[in-house]
Amino acid sequence: MTQLIVKNGIVYDPLNRIDGEKMDLAISDGKIVGKADEKKAKVIDASGMIVMPGGVDIHCHIAGSEVNAGRLLRPEDHFRDVEPKTAITRSGVGYSIPSTFTTGYRYARMGYTTIMNPSMPPLEARHTHEELDDTPMVDKASYPLLGDWWFVLEYLRDGMIKECAAHVAWIMVATKGYAIKIVNPGGLEAWGFGQNVRNIDDPVPHFNLTPKEIIRGLCKVNKLLHMPHAIHVHTNNLGKAGNYATALDTMKCVENLALEDKPVIHITHCQFSAFKGSNWRTLRSGAEEIANYVNHRRHVTLDLGQVVFTDTTTMTADGPFQYGLYQLTNNKWVNHDVETETSSGIVPFRYRRKSYVHSIQWSIGLELGLLVEDPWRIYLTTDHPNAAPFTTYPRIISWLMSRNARDLTMKRINRRARHKSLLPSIKREYSFYEIAIVTRAGQAKSLGLTQKGHLGIGADADIAIYNINPELVDPSRKYKVVRKAFENTAYTIKNGEIVAKDGKIAKPVCGKTFWVNPQLSSPIEVADDMKRRFREYWTVEYENYSIPESFLTASAPLSVKAEV
Amino acid sequence: MITLYPKRLFKAPVDAQCIAPDIFAEKSVSEIAELQIWEGNRKRALDQLFKIECNAKNQSEEMTIRILGDARKVRRIGTKMSIGKVIIDGNIGMHLGEEMQGGTIVVAGSAGSWTGCMMKKGIIQIKGDAGDYIGAAYRGSTHGMNGGEIIIQGNAGNEVGCFMRSGLVRIDGNVGQFVGMHMRNGTIIVQGNSEGRTGAQMIGGKIVVCGHTPSILPTFTVDSIKPKVKINGEIVKGPFYKFLGDLAENGNGKLFVSQNQNPHLKFYEKYLE
Repeated sequence: MTQLIVKNGIVYDPLNRIDGEKMDLAISDGKIVGKADEKKAKVIDASGMIVMPGGVDIHCHIAGSEVNAGRLLRPEDHFRDVEPKTAITRSGVGYSIPSTFTTGYRYARMGYTTIMNPSMPPLEARHTHEELDDTPMVDKASYPLLGDWWFVLEYLRDGMIKECAAHVAWIMVATKGYAIKIVNPGGLEAWGFGQNVRNIDDPVPHFNLTPKEIIRGLCKVNKLLHMPHAIHVHTNNLGKAGNYATALDTMKCVENLALEDKPVIHITHCQFSAFKGSNWRTLRSGAEEIANYVNHRRHVTLDLGQVVFTDTTTMTADGPFQYGLYQLTNNKWVNHDVETETSSGIVPFRYRRKSYVHSIQWSIGLELGLLVEDPWRIYLTTDHPNAAPFTTYPRIISWLMSRNARDLTMKRINRRARHKSLLPSIKREYSFYEIAIVTRAGQAKSLGLTQKGHLGIGADADIAIYNINPELVDPSRKYKVVRKAFENTAYTIKNGEIVAKDGKIAKPVCGKTFWVNPQLSSPIEVADDMKRRFREYWTVEYENYSIPESFLTASAPLSVKAEV
Repeated sequence: MITLYPKRLFKAPVDAQCIAPDIFAEKSVSEIAELQIWEGNRKRALDQLFKIECNAKNQSEEMTIRILGDARKVRRIGTKMSIGKVIIDGNIGMHLGEEMQGGTIVVAGSAGSWTGCMMKKGIIQIKGDAGDYIGAAYRGSTHGMNGGEIIIQGNAGNEVGCFMRSGLVRIDGNVGQFVGMHMRNGTIIVQGNSEGRTGAQMIGGKIVVCGHTPSILPTFTVDSIKPKVKINGEIVKGPFYKFLGDLAENGNGKLFVSQNQNPHLKFYEKYLE
C-alpha cells in the first residue's frame, strides 16, 4: 500500500469549492483519502506551491489514423523538435504532432492526467486504441464520429430514435468510444459527392435529412443512453466568414431538449465557429453574440480552440473545410473519405501575427474565454494541433490571467485587427481558481468523469503541483512567472504515484482507457440486414469490426443505464 | 587558426555539429578537445577522432577552422555558423553548412549531399563535385536556401536549389535532374549541361542553363530569345531561349536555355513568330 501526503500546498479544487486554502492531502492506493499514516507515507512538501487536480483536456487530436497521417506528412515538424531517450523514457519527435510517447510525457510535465481524443472514425478505432495504448502517463478516451454514419442517418431519416439509440450503444461498445462526436453533420456525407451543406437546414444529398435533424436526433439519443458527456459538436460551416450564425442556430436547435442544468450540447473549438462578416477582408469577431447567448442559457458548453501564433498542423474530420484551407494556403495536404462513415483532411498551417485573419482569430478565442461569464461552461483548449499544439497552454493561461500579457501580444499583431478587437475593452482577468475550472474541474464535470478533476475523498489521486505562490505572485503583472510555472509542474501525481518531478518524467506509467458501456433493457442485437451491408459496403467484415475489451491494455468501462 | 586532422578514415558517419567557428570562438583548446561528437551511435570527444592543432591566435584574424585529410564521412560541419571561415583540404560529407547564417566555407575536394541546405547567408565554395539537394529544403519543408551563395566548380547532383527562396547557386560543371524544383525565388546558373526536368513546379526565380538539356517540361511556355542574361550585374552571353513556368503551378519562373547548345529546341522558335 503506497501512501503519500502532500503537505501545506495551496489547494485549488473548484468542484469542492476550495479556493486557495492551505491544506494537506492524503493519498492511499491511488485515491484521495481522509488520513494517511504519517510514519509510513512519503511526504511532499508543497509549501508555497499551487496544488490542483490533474489537468483534463476535453479535445485534443493525439491518436488515430488521421494524426498518424499528419505525422507522415510533416517530417520537417519532427526535425525541429527532438527529444532524446533517457534511462526511463523513450525518444520522440514532433512539435505540432508529437509521437505518442512524447505526447504522454509532455502532458504529464504540464500536469495533465486525462485527455480526450475527439475524432475517431469508427473504422479506424482499432488503430486509434493502439496508439492510445502507446500514449503513456495519461488516462484517455476517444469519441467516435457519428454525425455522418450511414446507419445513424437512415434511422434518423425514418424517425427511429430508439433503434438509433440501440445502434449507437452498439457502436460505443464496438469501438470502445466515450461520447458522440458530430463533425459538420451532413456535410461530410455530402463531401463524398463533392458537395457540402451550407447551413443547418440544408438537406443532405441522398438522405433527405437536414443537419438540424441529425443534431437533434443524436442529442435525443444521447439523452436516452444517459451518456456521461453531451453531444460533442463541430459545427457546420466551420472556418467560414459569417459562421457565428450557424453556431448560434446549432445551439438554438437543441434548446428545448435541455433538462434542468445539465448541458446537452458541447460546441467544440468555438473560436473557429465565431466568425462574423461576409468574407476574409470584412471578417470580424462574433464572440460577443455567442457569449451573450451562452450567458443566458444553461444547455451549452464551449471550448476555446485558442489560436497561438506558431507553425502547426490542422487536422479535422471536416474534409470540405480542409479542402478550403488547402486552396487558401496551396500547401501540401491530405484528404480522405472514410468509406460510409466520415472524411478527414490535413493541411500544415502557420498562424502569423501580421495576418489580419489570424490576428482576428487569436482575438476571438480570448474574447470568448473572457466574455463567457461562467467558467464552468468554457474550457481551455487549442483543439490541438489545429489552432496550436497543446504545449502552448501555459501561454494561453497567462493571456487569460493578465491584461498586460494580452496588451503586449496585441501590440505585435496586425494593425487593422488590433483596431477591430474587443480585447482592449475587456478588463476581466482569470484567477487561479477560474484557471483550475477551465483546465480541469469544468472539463471533468462536463465529461461526467466523477473521479477526475477534483481532490475530494475518493477521487483518483491525479494531482498537479505547480511551483508558484499565489500569495506572492500577482499573475496580472508577473505573467511570465505564471507561464513558466504552468509549463512544468513541480510534481505530477498520477494514481498516487509521482510520475513527473521538476519538469522531468520520474516514472512512466500506463493510463486507463475509458469507454461507455450502455446497459440496454434487452441485449444489444445487430440486425442481419446490417451484417449484410457490412459485407457489401465496408472493407472490414462485421466480425472483425468490433474491438474486444481484451484489446485495450487498461480498459475502464463506464456502465450507464440507458432508457432503451 | 585551428587545424583538425582526422585520426583515421571513419567508417561510420560522424555527426560533427560542433565543428563551427561560432562554437570554437569562445573556447580554449582543451575545451574544444572535449566537445561532444557522435561517431555512429557512439558519443566521443572531438580529440578522440581528430588531432587538434592550434596556431597562435592573431586577434585581428577571423576565426578559421581548417580540416586536413579525408573527412568524407563527417557531416554537419558549420551548422548554423554565422562568422569566420572553414577551410577543408579534402573531401567532406553531407549537410555541410546546414542553416548557415554567415561566414565562408571553402572545400578543396568534393562535398556530399545537402550542402548549404536551408542556408540564409554566407558563401560556400566547392572546388570539386557536390552531391544532391544543394541548397535544398529539409524533407517536407518548403523553406530552402534563403540567401547567400553556393559556388560549385565541379558537377552537382539532382534537385539543386529545391524550394530555394533567395540567393545564388553557381555550378560550373554539369547537373542532374530537377534543377530548381519548387523554386520560389533566387538564381541558379549552370555552365555545363543539365539532365532535364529543369524548374519543375517552380513558382518564381531564375534558372540559366548554358549547356545542353534534353528537353523542356511541357508546362513551360517559350517567351522570347534573349542575347544575354544578367545575373547580379554580371553578363552571361547567350543567346538564350527564355521560358516561363511552371504553368501547372501558375508559376512565373524564368528559365533560360542556351540556343547554340540545344539545336533540338529549335521547334520552339515557330511559336515566337
